[in-house]
Amino acid sequence: MNRLNVCTLAALVAVSFTLAGCPKKPTVKPNATDAQTVAQTGDSANTGRGSGADSNAVRPLTDTHGALPAGEGELGATIRFEYDSAEIKAEYQPIISSEGKQLAANRHLQLRLEGNTDERGSAEYNIALGERRAQAVKKALLLVGAIDSQLTTLSYGEERPLADGHDEAAWTQNRRVEIVVTAR
Amino acid sequence: MNKRVQTVLLACVLCVAGIAAAQAQLTVDITKGNSSPIPIAIVPFSGEGLAVDVAQVVEGDLARSGRFAPLARAAQPQQPTQASQIDWPQWKLVKTDYLAIGRIRADGAGYVIEVELHNVLSGERVLGVSVNATGSGLRLSAHRIADLLYEKLIGVPGAFATRIAYVAVEGPVAARHWRLVVADSDGENPVTIVDSKQPLMSPSWSPDGTQLAYVSFEGRVSSVFVQSIQTGVRDRVSGRAGINGAPAWAPDGRRMALALSQPDGNVDVFVLDLETKALLRVTDDPAIDTEPCFSADGQSLYFTSDRAGRPQIYQIRLAPGERAKRLTFEGSYNARPRLSPDGKMLAVVTQDQGAYRIARVDIATGQSLVLTTGRLDESPTFAPNGQTVIYSARERGRGVLATVAIDSGVVTRITLASGDIRDPAWSPRL
Repeated sequence: MNRLNVCTLAALVAVSFTLAGCPKKPTVKPNATDAQTVAQTGDSANTGRGSGADSNAVRPLTDTHGALPAGEGELGATIRFEYDSAEIKAEYQPIISSEGKQLAANRHLQLRLEGNTDERGSAEYNIALGERRAQAVKKALLLVGAIDSQLTTLSYGEERPLADGHDEAAWTQNRRVEIVVTAR
Repeated sequence: MNKRVQTVLLACVLCVAGIAAAQAQLTVDITKGNSSPIPIAIVPFSGEGLAVDVAQVVEGDLARSGRFAPLARAAQPQQPTQASQIDWPQWKLVKTDYLAIGRIRADGAGYVIEVELHNVLSGERVLGVSVNATGSGLRLSAHRIADLLYEKLIGVPGAFATRIAYVAVEGPVAARHWRLVVADSDGENPVTIVDSKQPLMSPSWSPDGTQLAYVSFEGRVSSVFVQSIQTGVRDRVSGRAGINGAPAWAPDGRRMALALSQPDGNVDVFVLDLETKALLRVTDDPAIDTEPCFSADGQSLYFTSDRAGRPQIYQIRLAPGERAKRLTFEGSYNARPRLSPDGKMLAVVTQDQGAYRIARVDIATGQSLVLTTGRLDESPTFAPNGQTVIYSARERGRGVLATVAIDSGVVTRITLASGDIRDPAWSPRL
């Protein structure tokens, strides 16, 4: 059967199925069936065996980190950076000072500094660049009242963009350190 | 040339056929072809009617390589399955240089596939092979046949009987999820081996093709895991405080290069002995040192460093007191080196006219040649036959995979039905 015939057949089948009540747009949700068939393992990511053609089964994992401590996930502030730079611009000094005061006043307050980059360039280099940004914010906070045990860093590199676009406007949004409150 | 090789199956066809398992979600297109592909005809093999159209799989492989122009079945003047049945003048009329015919017969629990390749002009049989297949291994055997035909006519083995690991990212920015997927080289049989609500990245095949190393951010920390493809059993090989990233296996399969951060956040390159867990520090520099890959002899590492201000590729020998030597001087940005199978070239991400593209770098001379034309091309790795590089690209905002031939510039593109795919890694031969 040539390609034209395959396409024609597929189209005919699709049309007839549409008439019969099939969703008009075929939505092949990857592993939609897996999600229903996987057993909870209590692990933190779903791993599955990939033995080939017939084994599509994935044991779904529960994100054990889903249960956040009180206050976790609360966004403190966002500090943005220039391209391939980890220098904190002067305009963010008031935010740094304010966070530093709060950290000095409340030693139970803990922050996670999440470094991010735009999507350009290689992914692992961007992990290192995001960490460099997070460390720059950490150093700045240590200078204005924070102590080391209050601050952790994490770099997502280009993996967790805030803006989904692929232009300078999106990249500007995405080159950032997010200050996340993890305990207070 | 804009020949479209559809490997995606429509969901409704699947509904009708009642096949729920193993949907192919990938589409493979040739977006830029070779100017003079070899005209070939792969006629349906006798004994087909099996779950897999073996001749069709072979034809798809050859077409996707860009090096062949297979004759459509409808245009084939006849469909012989024995050499004695070939009507030579008819094949000369349709200007086919080569004709592949074949026979499939049951053999115990499996099959034997016999294939003959004939030169239409000379009438000579240039290849005759017999390949065994298990019932579930018909596709793999078809890819092996394509490898043999490719080798006979191009002079180097094909890389069709291989798999590709990649990361699929789906969902809106606020609710993303990541899957690590292993699929056949033609995008068929995609199997999710890890599914996570936190980023997954940097898959790397063990040299024997049985395991994948990857980075997972589950638990909001980065860790490097090694997971068996067959059993799904995995081991956290690096879960130190800070960054655990960029895993790359040594050729011996017993060591792994990693990028790890110090308490001050600075990233350096290390080598982990997977058996003894001994960790060898390779670089110690306040700059970013990351994305290591082993040299062919396993005695040195190539890696990315911004110690000169911008990212460039360096090489360092794995011996005490060695200093890193800079390899790339062309362009302001060269990163993420991956070695060619012959050990002579690196595929890298380079900045070219303001865009990020894939280049090949000759290790001996440092000379660089840009291979791609995208804006955001990343993550190159060589096919195990060294003929093509697979990489990730952005196309109309979508993350896609693409391959580019290192000599001919033939480009193919692999897209997912929805969402982004990225971070491809080509397996060794299977």
